[in-house]
Amino acid sequence: MKLTVNEREYEIDVDSRMPLLWVLRDELGITGPKYGCGMAMCGSCTVHLGGRPVRSCILPVAAVNAEVRTIEGLGTPDTLHAVQAAWVEMQVAQCGYCQPGQIMSAAALLEASPSPSDEEIDRALSGNLCRCGTYPRIRSAVHAAAARLQGELRGEAD
Amino acid sequence: MGRARKITRRVLLIGSAAVAGGVVFGYWRYKTPHENPLKRGLGPGEAALTPYVRIDAAGVTLITPRAEMGQGVHTTLAALLAEELDVDLDAVRIEHGPASSAYFNAAVLEEGVPFAATDTSPMAERMRRMTRVPAKFLGMQVTGGSSSIPDAFVKMRKAGAAAREVLLTAAAAELGEDRAALSTARGAVVSPSGRQLRYEDLAVAAADIDPPADPPLKPAAQWRLLGRSQPRVDMLAKCTGTAEFSIDVRLENMLYATVRRNPQLGAGVLDFDAETARGMRGVREVIALPDGAAVVASNTWYAFEAAKTIRFDWQPTDYPADTDGHLAAVLSAFDGDHDSRFRDEGKVDDAFLEGADLEGEYRVPYLAHATMEPLNAVAWWRDGRLDIWAGNQLPTQAVKEGAALAGIDEEHVHVHTSYLGGGFGRRAEMDFIKAAVTVAVAIEGTPVKTTWSREEDMTHDTYRPLAAARFRAKVDAGAATALDLELSAPSVFESQFGRLDVPTVGPDISIVQSAWDQPYGIPNHRVTGYRVPLMLPVSSWRSVGASQNGFFHECIVDEMAHAAGKDPLDFRLDMLTDEVSRGVIEAVAELSDWGAAGSAPGHGKGLAFVLSFGVPTAEVVEVVNTPKGIRVLNVWAAVDVGTALDPANIEAQLHSGINFGLSAAIMSEVTIRDGQVEQSNFHNYDALRLPQAPRIAVRILENGHRIRGIGEPGTPPAAPALANAVFAATGQRIRELPLKNHVRFDLA
Repeated sequence: MKLTVNEREYEIDVDSRMPLLWVLRDELGITGPKYGCGMAMCGSCTVHLGGRPVRSCILPVAAVNAEVRTIEGLGTPDTLHAVQAAWVEMQVAQCGYCQPGQIMSAAALLEASPSPSDEEIDRALSGNLCRCGTYPRIRSAVHAAAARLQGELRGEAD
Repeated sequence: MGRARKITRRVLLIGSAAVAGGVVFGYWRYKTPHENPLKRGLGPGEAALTPYVRIDAAGVTLITPRAEMGQGVHTTLAALLAEELDVDLDAVRIEHGPASSAYFNAAVLEEGVPFAATDTSPMAERMRRMTRVPAKFLGMQVTGGSSSIPDAFVKMRKAGAAAREVLLTAAAAELGEDRAALSTARGAVVSPSGRQLRYEDLAVAAADIDPPADPPLKPAAQWRLLGRSQPRVDMLAKCTGTAEFSIDVRLENMLYATVRRNPQLGAGVLDFDAETARGMRGVREVIALPDGAAVVASNTWYAFEAAKTIRFDWQPTDYPADTDGHLAAVLSAFDGDHDSRFRDEGKVDDAFLEGADLEGEYRVPYLAHATMEPLNAVAWWRDGRLDIWAGNQLPTQAVKEGAALAGIDEEHVHVHTSYLGGGFGRRAEMDFIKAAVTVAVAIEGTPVKTTWSREEDMTHDTYRPLAAARFRAKVDAGAATALDLELSAPSVFESQFGRLDVPTVGPDISIVQSAWDQPYGIPNHRVTGYRVPLMLPVSSWRSVGASQNGFFHECIVDEMAHAAGKDPLDFRLDMLTDEVSRGVIEAVAELSDWGAAGSAPGHGKGLAFVLSFGVPTAEVVEVVNTPKGIRVLNVWAAVDVGTALDPANIEAQLHSGINFGLSAAIMSEVTIRDGQVEQSNFHNYDALRLPQAPRIAVRILENGHRIRGIGEPGTPPAAPALANAVFAATGQRIRELPLKNHVRFDLA
């Protein structure tokens, strides 16, 4: 089976029912996506599949039909994505375990809706649970990320 | 230390009698310093100036030996060292460091003394100081009780200052200049002639210099890091997926395991059939555990799938089989002897000779910790050496447990404490570490990561106790005249310390925590604690006894205010006996525009004030009652931490503590059926999510007489402030959590 993750191709040999999350974590060593519930209830495992957010903990690897992007492919400590930069600016993370999923959900939202309302943000991130209760700063950071992305767009146009 | 530790096990007394240890051990041994654990394994050119500062050619490493579970402790502890050492936080490495009794928590037992936090009498202060003696002999490197900052505030600044003194001495010798003329600037010693020596270039010369025992500290007015919000040292890693939790640890040839243990907690396994599991893809081994089995596989998912197929014959449990039975035990404890009566003022029985104006019963359920990162640990047993990687709150105990299971001396056990994907008290337990070590010992030579499924995690927690309160009260002329409060709960101390093999005697102060000691003056006032025999294992759950007693006490005070015909805020101010507490209530009144309460239709504001872990905390919750149910709109919070080292982090901890408390108050409960916990995952044990999360505004005051920690105090007032707001909005007085069992919430 072939799988493309963060623009790199992998050959894997696993049970075709194995959820993408466990292929990423235990087969490929890509540990940014987290195991939280195994039933798409908490969003910690969120990755992008063809640009759309999916819960990798319930997605059988055989059903992966597009390129996968994880938090590691979104941006690195040296080259932060605008959403990650906003998260750092707003000092969102506490324990940090759910944040890769929160960030991937937020990044997908902003790709689809560059200037979201509070209601859109609520809807897009309602599947991402945070037991530390970082929600006030998550909300601020999504708005800040939207502003950053629009700034980047304007920068490119100049 | 070996002999002292044995004595400790036998006679150390925890709880209200913790101070007895001081008599047993004597001061001389207490004064003997712990060995510096960093001296073990130093290479050439490396220096461990104190247990907290290591310097080598690559630079300075600061040791922040408390569990980073989200509360920001690594950043603030590093700032304490960096302030005095004179380095920038972004120019040093920061590590949790090894497990060692040198990092024992001297402040963690202070909450156990039977003196209210507002009691600063010489006797109370002496008893608090004396708890440091047994704390040292226990030698527990523990994160909990909001004690990290009170414990570290002087100690870690002194460690930074001592290291700086050593570097100055070393530099004076290297430069051949007068030591008194030297100064430091951000990681370097600077001489008046303008010459500079980087700290890393002084490592070799500094290695043999003894640090001073009691170096002077900078006055607060000269702080350049402390008192100012610092960027968190873990933020970049946590926003890029590069922060390592123990579940992320990767070792060559590592295998992946999971466990299934008897869901009737504490009971063993009679037999199991794992034939199907053994034949499944990826499975390497099935290992018998005293209370279940572990499956080892080449992938965690293979282990999960195989474990599901094992058929068990469980031993039955001896606690009640259903929630009603547990509740009956809690209520029947009221009829037995009391466990504590730390407050008994006036003539309470006489005050009620003609009956009470108010009486009633409050209840709260068992709660799970439900950390986002399910329990897990990595262990590797080979060549007489055991390595354990675990996000945990008690690494010195992990060493003991690991040594016992592997049958080796503690010096051959190496505990690597990673970030914790949430702790809330759960990761002070050892069960998940013991399971991982048991598996590793069985497959000697190969590292193995043992991960509990979410279902296993939630059904095998050590729970916040279910508890009940009974009260009667009298009010007269707009003021409280009598309050008789009785509290019943299983003992967290007995359960938790029992699992650590540390005996406890005397009353469990957590049963009455944040109820008996509140700074209210009521002429006839009694608070009595009743201990329920242990049923489910119970444990510290963010704010411990204050998590239930804050709800009981502050809803009762609210009921009394309404019965007295007084504004709930004025009612509290009138009976307040502590000026620092008055400050936070007045602050939250201003912040929440309290006087304008109830103006909009369907809206209601509720106030609660709880003094927990020495932090007076006042919160106002605003709700609106809509056709779709109640929504929480706003929370305003005011706290007094004495000295605010990092305001932005304190704000974050209040966001966290409040959302944690609101989640439990609205929707969380653990129930029992057929001897098993019924809740298994986030579909039936959920928490607030972004759409339901309120706006939160915080004010931080610094009038308290000493520095306090803020990991927990935000939680206790959230539930009562919410329940009081629901009463204000609907007229419905709810005396049982979770509230959603009694009133509809809009959780869309």
